[in-house]
Amino acid sequence: MSIEHRDDTGARFGMWLFLYTEVILFSGLFIIYAVSLTNYPAEFSQASNKLNVYFGGANTIVLLTSSLTIALAISAIQMGRKKQCLQLCWVTIALAIVFLINKYFEWSAEISHGIYPGSEHLAEMGAGITVFFNLYYFTAGLHGLHVLIGATLIAVVAVMTAKDKVTSDRYTLLENSALYWHLVDLVWIFLFPLYYLIL
Amino acid sequence: MSEEKHAPVPYRTFINIWLALIGLTVVTVVVSRFDLGALNIWVALLVASVKSSLVIFFFMHLRQESKLFKIGLLVMLTILAIFIGMTFFDVLYR
Repeated sequence: MSIEHRDDTGARFGMWLFLYTEVILFSGLFIIYAVSLTNYPAEFSQASNKLNVYFGGANTIVLLTSSLTIALAISAIQMGRKKQCLQLCWVTIALAIVFLINKYFEWSAEISHGIYPGSEHLAEMGAGITVFFNLYYFTAGLHGLHVLIGATLIAVVAVMTAKDKVTSDRYTLLENSALYWHLVDLVWIFLFPLYYLIL
Repeated sequence: MSEEKHAPVPYRTFINIWLALIGLTVVTVVVSRFDLGALNIWVALLVASVKSSLVIFFFMHLRQESKLFKIGLLVMLTILAIFIGMTFFDVLYR
């Protein structure tokens, strides 16, 4: 007789607790942003105008869509549609890669214009603009790192699904990876208007 | 231990939520192109909060979870509000 200990709700709650700490981590950065915005409102809008709304907007659509595909993947596994679940996982990962490629081009363009932490060009533009771009690179960089981790997690779980280690009866790993992925989306939902759209 | 399973959410629901999220993104971008002064940032935050709620309640299945999960979120948001409030009491009245 084998008794397996299993607590799916507990596992999900543990993931939620971890995500609360992630929110607090990013909130620290957003609070620095808010305080700097009250100190340098004019400089922040000037700096924000230098960011490319099209790159930011495209990445918003990409992330929202990837959140949809991973949410659909869970419905698929619950209904026992393994193949469809796998396809949706791979689409999510592909979208994560598209996001990072966009980010690469966006940052390359900015760096080639002399906008990067510690650059002389930035220092000449004054304290307010320097604060904006330092925060932008740090917050977007930390977010990008989360995109990379989230996509890796989903890839690992997709392989486990293919090997039937994640099944329609047991899919908490997929749920928790999806929760992490949605957090990445949530951070971007705030990051995009605050950094790209300030007039 | 028997686990209570969530009923699978129909694809249609998720697709509708996604459409709403895309729509709200368009709203934020359009509103941000008009100069409303300080109101701009509040509209941006309001729309972002609505979008977050959609993601949290539907995509993250919070709607189907027990009270414990919802109380947890509320506690986290309260701590966050205190965190932000205290910072601004300091910064604004220094």
